[in-house]
Amino acid sequence: MSEIAEPGGGVGYAPRVWVQRIFAGQTGPVLVVVAALILIWYAGAIYLNAPQQIDRDRRAGIERNFIDFAAATYAQERPVLPAPHQVAAEIWKTTVEVKPTSKRSLIYHGWVTLSSTLTGFGIGTLLGIVLAIGIVSSRTLDKSLMPWIITSQTIPILAIAPMIVVVLGSLNVAPIWAKGTVSAYLAFFPVAVGMVKGLRSPDPMLLDLMRTYSASPTQTMWKLRLPAAMPFLFASLKVAIAISLVGAIVGEMPTGARAGLGARLLSGSYYGQTVQIWSALLVAAFMAAILVTIVGMADRMVLRRMGVKA
Amino acid sequence: MVEAETAASPAASAAPPKAAPAKPAHTGAVIAASDLSLTFQTADGPVQALADIDLAIHRGEFVSLIGPSGCGKTTLLRVIADLEQPTSGEISVNGVSPDAARRERSYGYVFQSAALYPWRTIAKNVALPLEIMGLPKAEQQKRVKKNLELVNLSGFERKFPWQLSGGMQQRASIARALAVEPDLLLMDEPFGALDEIVRDHLNEQLLQLWAKTNKTIVFVTHSIPEAVFLSSKIVVMSPRPGRIYDVIDCGLPRDRGLDIRETPEFLAIAHRVREGLRAGHSYED
Ligand SMILES: Nc1ncnc2c1ncn2[C@@H]1O[C@H](COP(=O)(O)OP(=O)(O)OP(=O)(O)O)[C@@H](O)[C@H]1O
Ligand SMILES: [Mg+2]
Repeated sequence: MSEIAEPGGGVGYAPRVWVQRIFAGQTGPVLVVVAALILIWYAGAIYLNAPQQIDRDRRAGIERNFIDFAAATYAQERPVLPAPHQVAAEIWKTTVEVKPTSKRSLIYHGWVTLSSTLTGFGIGTLLGIVLAIGIVSSRTLDKSLMPWIITSQTIPILAIAPMIVVVLGSLNVAPIWAKGTVSAYLAFFPVAVGMVKGLRSPDPMLLDLMRTYSASPTQTMWKLRLPAAMPFLFASLKVAIAISLVGAIVGEMPTGARAGLGARLLSGSYYGQTVQIWSALLVAAFMAAILVTIVGMADRMVLRRMGVKA
Repeated sequence: MVEAETAASPAASAAPPKAAPAKPAHTGAVIAASDLSLTFQTADGPVQALADIDLAIHRGEFVSLIGPSGCGKTTLLRVIADLEQPTSGEISVNGVSPDAARRERSYGYVFQSAALYPWRTIAKNVALPLEIMGLPKAEQQKRVKKNLELVNLSGFERKFPWQLSGGMQQRASIARALAVEPDLLLMDEPFGALDEIVRDHLNEQLLQLWAKTNKTIVFVTHSIPEAVFLSSKIVVMSPRPGRIYDVIDCGLPRDRGLDIRETPEFLAIAHRVREGLRAGHSYED
């Protein structure tokens, strides 16, 4: 047998070996955590929905055993906490069973949110990098900009997002840009802070070397500071992309927007449609996970091309 | 004469960078330092690294700086390279200030450690100064190839620094400095991390290069045989504060082989260097 197994994993096809293999990698632990979460979720659903169910059963004069009662708590129209399978069914219904262009499709709403997220992420990243370059290149900018950058993040986004969206909306800016602005407002911060650190990370000797070559500040920036900052940039981008999504969703909430995951969350809570809220939440979480994974993959690809020891 | 000199220097600094640098009237003294002192201001108070350094290095000389650790060899080299500013005293490089000399890219500097860029391959590392100087691609490749051959690193062009041993990295950094083809080479213990055989080989290569090209070389070392073998002049330094204790002229023939190390002349110079180092040590204790 010439297969190479993961370290700690076995070779062959016996069930025990499969289990060993799964647990040798990352899959096993992740699966265990997911299973545990789902179990807790199911238990929580019974506990949280029980008062409502007891109330209803008393009024209808129904007596039931525990199994029957639990099943009833999992089948409510507007549960306090919907059971995982209810949410799964709702997601299935609103993604697979309706056309992606329909207003009821989560794919449609997800796309609306995603487009604002990416717009804001792009603007925020660019802004963050430009600010960082300015701050590292000029003492004056360092002194004058840094306090403002920090201050910008001490204002709660929930307070400032509605103003941004309303003001830009009244200026006839398309919603994607208005929401993108909220995302960019959040995203530029980790990028700017990470890049300032990254651009200042080169070894003093490498900077001295540039000096002996009488390199211009631009050359030092391109050939030394920016490449040295790449690991810092990607660490920041992972935070920035997740926070951009939050920004886009928050940007969809205050304005009575009719599209986007934020709008779904808002209308869900308006009508007590908890299943709808949880579906939108899960789709948002899933999207965040995918986006962060993509950034992580880009990170590994770029660093490998730069010859960084794997 | 004095007037002619002062008239010549503004002309040199005003000349456009592309034009051939105007050579100062007092040719020969590539490096001239007088009364040079440098005190570092540190958190624990001032540290005097250099005191009253008087030194003249002429075109085509191979000068070794030797002395105990912490006596200011690196600091002196950094002052020449305009990486450190002297606290007092005068210094000129190629007849102009170190700053102006640096801007004209008139020297190549080899650091005490390799200082390669981790994200650049060996060939790209050697090409870095050439890119900055804006040389054409073909010329860059030619010089990279030539200098990697010189330090026996052919075949490692596409490796990254972490894939090479410490000694190989140091050789790559020497190739990088040589690729600039400067008239003045400042080398800070370039062979410190190498084994004896490779060191001997590179010593011979460097000596040949020097004999062929009439470069001026300032070379820091801890090794007495290395200093005597390579140098036309040995500067013995003593610590706390860094001073020049002795300057020894070696009259060894220019085209010498490694076997010269057995001759009485060689041993006599080595003896004098050792005496100087001992004396420098003792007046500190
Ligand atoms: N940047 C600095 N700040 C403060 N003190 C410094 C600095 N650089 C060097 N020194 C001090 O100056 C003195 C001379 O240092 P230098 O590096 O020139 O010694 P060296 O002769 O090159 O020693 P070695 O042989 O170990 O390389 C030392 O006492 C050192 O502590
Ligand atoms: Mg040193």
